[in-house]
Amino acid sequence: MAHDHDHDHEHGSELSETQLRVRALETVLTEKGYIDPAALDVIVETYETRVGPRNGARVVAKAWSDPAFKKALLEDASKAVRTLGHESRVGDHLVAVENTPTQHNMIVCTLCSCYPWEMLGLPPVWYKSAPYRSRAVKDPRGVLADFGIKLPKETQIRVWDSTAETRFLVLPMRPAGTEGWSEDKLAELVTRDSMIGTGFPKKPQDIG
Amino acid sequence: MDGVHDMGGMDGFGKVEPEPNEPVFHAPWEGRVLAMQRAMGYAGAWHIDMSRFAQERLAPTTYLTASYYQRWALAMEKNVVERGYAGADELAAGHALRPGKPVVRKLTREVVPGLTRGSFYRQSQGPARFKPGDRVRTKNLHPATHTRLPRYARGHVGVVELVHGCHAYPDSVAIDQGDNPQWLYTVAFDSRELWGPDADPTLTISIDAFEPYLEPA
Repeated sequence: MAHDHDHDHEHGSELSETQLRVRALETVLTEKGYIDPAALDVIVETYETRVGPRNGARVVAKAWSDPAFKKALLEDASKAVRTLGHESRVGDHLVAVENTPTQHNMIVCTLCSCYPWEMLGLPPVWYKSAPYRSRAVKDPRGVLADFGIKLPKETQIRVWDSTAETRFLVLPMRPAGTEGWSEDKLAELVTRDSMIGTGFPKKPQDIG
Repeated sequence: MDGVHDMGGMDGFGKVEPEPNEPVFHAPWEGRVLAMQRAMGYAGAWHIDMSRFAQERLAPTTYLTASYYQRWALAMEKNVVERGYAGADELAAGHALRPGKPVVRKLTREVVPGLTRGSFYRQSQGPARFKPGDRVRTKNLHPATHTRLPRYARGHVGVVELVHGCHAYPDSVAIDQGDNPQWLYTVAFDSRELWGPDADPTLTISIDAFEPYLEPA
């Protein structure tokens, strides 16, 4: 992972045109008094180390363990997630959608890259790519095949195109063989892709 | 606008290729771009819909060939120059040549940890026209400016499932015409309504649609 925040010490001969342009932009905006590079450092660090799919995994694991929380999550996800404390600062517009034996949910943003950042961190490149954005709404089974996923042919598929500021989180089905597990242990099974709908949670044997 | 950004249903882009163990950023400059975007938003320089519209106005070849954060950077340059925060000459020089203009506030490192996602709720100007279960038809609209009604879902009949309250209206915000609050709904469509008789019959697609996009069906 790239951790070089000390960008002023990169060597000029190695700089790409994009790096130069971005540096010029930052310098100009800083000298103009609009931005503070120290604040940018903290933002970058936040996304590299603190905001990621673990936030969403905690929510899913709690929903699997606590029926009252699950009910609250499906009724008003923003409100329910806010009760979990300061690590999960979500805005007002989170909606959780539940996978069942008969319905599978998938999330996409065909127009740009809308994604539940507070729950899952920044979106992966594939989520923002033309192949995913173009095909998810028309050929979701084909997209799932690209991920090595096959659903029964009678399973209903629901694709949620994030065309406004509502953000969607898939609540995957709890894997079999996890009776009595703690929330922390359950959270280890919850993958990022299972909360987007392009994957399933891990099975108990996958985590030893 | 009917641009290449509106990709839903297009063919020919190939397979989805997940990258194993993908890093958060692929180069340090990507993080700087993301952070600058947040900081300029905090400063009140522009709204997220203005960023989206600036990306949509990139040349189609640029939009399709630039990386994600390159697009962000190019759109940011566009907004910086168009909105008078800096001149193209200053970006080319890599230094400010003139003093900046006032901004409403400046993001500091102390403020960052408490940042939350802004709310898009706005005071409604009247009651919601539709309720869950209502059949609606999306209008056949093709504005030359920013809209969040994707092409593949225009002129089709669906069912209102969720009412999300009254929100700032991106079509107005993106062109500096204010929040113009509108009711927002999740509208679900049968796949065959959108993609024809050969579509996967198990598939339902929903969009989030602002009230001006909809009429009763």
